[in-house]
Amino acid sequence: MAFVSSGYNPDKPMENRISDIGPRDFNEFLPPVIKNNYGKWLYHEILEPGVLVHVAESGDEVYTVRCGTARLMSITLIREMCEVADKHCDGYLRFTTRNNVEFMTDSKDKMIALKDDLLSRKFDGGSYKFPVGGTGAGISNIVHTQGWVHCHTPATDASGTVKVIMDDLFDEFTGHNMPAPVRIAVACCLNMCGACHCSDIAVVGIHRKPPIIDHEYLDNLCEIPLAVASCPTGAVRPSKVEIDGKQFKTVAIKEERCMFCGNCYTMCPSLPLSDKEGDGIALMVGGKVSNRISMPKFSKVVVAFIPNEPPRWPTLTKTIRNIVEVYKADANKYERLGDWAERIGWERFFEKTGIEFTPHLIDDFRDPAYYTWRQSTQFKF
Amino acid sequence: MAKHKTPLLDQLESGPWPSFVSDVKQEAEVRAKNEKDVNYQIPVEVCEDLLGVLELSYTDGETHWKHGGIVGVFGYGGGVIGRYCDQPEMFPGVAHFHTVRVAQPTAKYYTTDFLRQIVDIWDMRGSGLTNMHGSTGDIVFLGTTTPQLEEIFYELTHEADVDLGGSGSNLRTPAACLGMSRCEYACYDAQALCYDMTMEFQDELHRPAFPYKFKFKFDACPNSCVCALARSDFSVVGIWKDEIRIDQEAVAAYVGGEFAPNAGAHSGRDWGKFDIQKEVVDLCPGKCIKYADGKLEINDKECMHCMHCINTMPRALMIGNDRGASILCGAKAPILDGPQLSSLLIPFIKVEEPFTEVKDVVENIWDWWMEEGKNRERLGETMRRMGFQKLLEVTNVKADPRHVQEPRHNPYIFWKADEVDGPWERDVNEYRKRHQR
Ligand code: HEM
Ligand code: HEM
Ligand code: HEM
Ligand code: HEM
Ligand code: SF4
Ligand code: SF4
Ligand code: SF4
Ligand code: SF4
Repeated sequence: MAFVSSGYNPDKPMENRISDIGPRDFNEFLPPVIKNNYGKWLYHEILEPGVLVHVAESGDEVYTVRCGTARLMSITLIREMCEVADKHCDGYLRFTTRNNVEFMTDSKDKMIALKDDLLSRKFDGGSYKFPVGGTGAGISNIVHTQGWVHCHTPATDASGTVKVIMDDLFDEFTGHNMPAPVRIAVACCLNMCGACHCSDIAVVGIHRKPPIIDHEYLDNLCEIPLAVASCPTGAVRPSKVEIDGKQFKTVAIKEERCMFCGNCYTMCPSLPLSDKEGDGIALMVGGKVSNRISMPKFSKVVVAFIPNEPPRWPTLTKTIRNIVEVYKADANKYERLGDWAERIGWERFFEKTGIEFTPHLIDDFRDPAYYTWRQSTQFKF
Repeated sequence: MAKHKTPLLDQLESGPWPSFVSDVKQEAEVRAKNEKDVNYQIPVEVCEDLLGVLELSYTDGETHWKHGGIVGVFGYGGGVIGRYCDQPEMFPGVAHFHTVRVAQPTAKYYTTDFLRQIVDIWDMRGSGLTNMHGSTGDIVFLGTTTPQLEEIFYELTHEADVDLGGSGSNLRTPAACLGMSRCEYACYDAQALCYDMTMEFQDELHRPAFPYKFKFKFDACPNSCVCALARSDFSVVGIWKDEIRIDQEAVAAYVGGEFAPNAGAHSGRDWGKFDIQKEVVDLCPGKCIKYADGKLEINDKECMHCMHCINTMPRALMIGNDRGASILCGAKAPILDGPQLSSLLIPFIKVEEPFTEVKDVVENIWDWWMEEGKNRERLGETMRRMGFQKLLEVTNVKADPRHVQEPRHNPYIFWKADEVDGPWERDVNEYRKRHQR
């Protein structure tokens, strides 16, 4: 494993340096049929789940086959995608915001050959490499974060939870059997890199125990004022402790103020808070971002805590399956999950899903909390 | 033979959904065999050790990654996220496992040539594992060592002609929907605007000068496929101002059942015959559609631009011709003060090259935010602390009922001296001439 230089010279970092060139111009990467009809599309149709046709003013057509991916993928798999794209799509492909990959062709026949090829490819373990779906009134791929694969603050895993949820919702991914699209997101901590706060169903990793204070090392590893300033609720203050007769500058945490967000840990590695029993998942539902029919809205917490049960998180998948089934049976056509819950009333949501309503579900965080309480005798028994 | 036993992860190989475990195992095998004779610059067992450390997390329910520490490339304040394993003796292959964010082409179209070029770099100098893509939109290369960072950057810029993406308190890699390239709903060229603004603000992207991160996202219509108004500080959403175009013959074809509603999105279930009254007219939030005597009429003045009728009958209804965008500001995730969606700042703006009007708005906002924003305060939080009026002031936008859902609930108005007649400073002795103590 001898070091191979790229040409970079560490003694003269500015020599031949290229910087601030940004991404490649997307125009280089558009398939010809897309380029020729740019801005001139007339309409589209979903021919079957995962297969779209877009028709342009010129009469040109582009057929798209959409496939789910795990997002965490190897270059071997990417090379296989390239092989498929070379074989069927003149060497072009694209990815979607929701971690799907799309292969495009300009005729129906080519599309059918493409789709058959994609569906024939499986991993050694037996799972599909390129499941076709993710369109229309179904459940598309899950937007998610890093989890235990790559981050320092997660309270749950992302790749694993996504895998088990999508295994369970596979028929919804490959079908159009929902009242409206259901968007799912997974974020493995409250930072919500995966941004769950407006998803139909959001899985959020949460910690439930205050940070452990590594008194003897804290002052060496952290700037105490930064750790103090990092806490959104003002729970962290400077302090001193004596251990074996030695004085240490450190911090103290007012535990009843801690909301377990982990910000202090981000600022100070001597305040870890992950914990096998403490960590798990909060489930939120009813958010949306599209402006269709109703305005965008936030997701709401409906289950305050579900334990981590790796590798297959059975309680989590069962809880989601139940919500999906009740929604599917009860909602009107075009009605998003949040719109359905508002129409029937949240009291009915809990009744129909059988989910227990607990005090944890009543907001008590700052001003907006008040606006979620009910100031009326208008409610249902 | 696998280096570590992974009985828990192995259970994630079953089931139909693509298994990341099978895929990482596949990469581990390719690296072990090295049939292409790649001169690997980081430990060959990196994939094996990643599975090992992940299995350990599955066993004990806790992550084994430490804080980043500061790593990166010379002259850039972001683009690399440092990552170290907290059990380096057990898993030496991932002792250093830094992420490299690579700028993705707008709307994520690729040629296989380009993809092969960048994965070849990552094959030799990284783990061979990626995220396609990170949540912000970047291509994410997962896992390499510190000495490789400059080498990767050099090869990306010299050979693949591509730059790093953003991280840290700077402009993050902007993202757009696929817009005009393949969508008939696009009200402006989201890809062109996104690419142009990405190039214009490269300095802001690579050198942190902001109170905290800042994101642009571009949706070309109110369907919001990249969720701009939920996910970005500066959200540009396409909209039209004039009439929805109607093709009455196609309307008749939907009513007659020749065309499937919503482009076939509901094909998996029997919802009965398409009922235009129930499925379109009654659901219109503007209550502005009439269907009588086989003719569809829209009172466009009352249209809320929700897209429902157009989505439901894409062959019959089309966006209007007077097109542009709305600009909304301040979305963020819950940390620290609760989640926020973007708030409407500019109801309508023309979006035409060279996009000067849009850039002026951004620059005015940045001038204000960089001056007033506290450390680690997102734009949305500055807006909450200082008031929406302040944002109107710095962007020279006139207040408009469209800015609110309803007027304020209290008369606690912060009047300014120049808004009130007569002198602001008053003399108490003069007052006392009229009123005894
Ligand atoms: C198509 C669906 C969605 C995708 C692909 C998606 C993806 C993402 C991604 C990738 C991020 C990371 C933000 C970034 O770094 O740029 C994010 C953040 C976020 N998402 Fe989503 N998300 C989706 C749905 C939603 C929905 C429905 C909402 C809510 C209305 C939402 C709200 C947010 C928020 C608030 C953030 C954080 C924004 C920030 O602070 O930067 N997302 N989302
Ligand atoms: C205290 C605040 C935060 C900290 C310390 C933090 C830290 C991190 C770290 C360390 C990563 C890299 C994970 C990895 O690849 O190893 C990350 C990724 C990311 N963060 Fe944050 N984050 C914070 C807040 C947020 C917020 C509020 C958002 C917005 C929605 C966000 C969006 C993202 C996104 C989009 C990614 C990429 C995730 C992915 O693609 O998997 N972060 N963050
Ligand atoms: C511009 C200043 C205000 C004026 C001119 C004003 C005038 C009035 C008047 C004339 C009444 C009806 C009294 C009656 O005959 O029963 C009233 C009632 C009331 N005002 Fe105000 N008020 C003002 C500000 C406020 C403020 C600032 C508050 C509270 C924060 C307030 C709270 C109330 C309440 C609670 C009532 C009783 C309402 C009810 O019985 O339904 N007012 N006010
Ligand atoms: C500057 C502040 C306030 C002013 C000028 C004000 C003025 C008034 C006036 C004029 C009335 C009507 C009295 C009447 O019926 O003759 C009133 C009633 C009342 N005020 Fe205030 N008020 C103020 C603040 C508040 C606040 C902060 C509260 C509660 C938090 C409050 C609660 C009430 C209530 C409940 C009544 C009505 C009682 C009733 O219905 O008989 N007021 N106030
Ligand atoms: S959501 Fe939290 S744990 Fe997950 S990747 Fe983001 S910062 Fe890390
Ligand atoms: S976890 Fe969050 S709330 Fe708790 S002490 Fe740390 S910063 Fe404060
Ligand atoms: S946001 Fe609108 S224009 Fe953009 S891809 Fe989605 S539907 Fe099309
Ligand atoms: S776009 Fe929405 S508000 Fe406008 S006419 Fe159509 S359904 Fe009504």
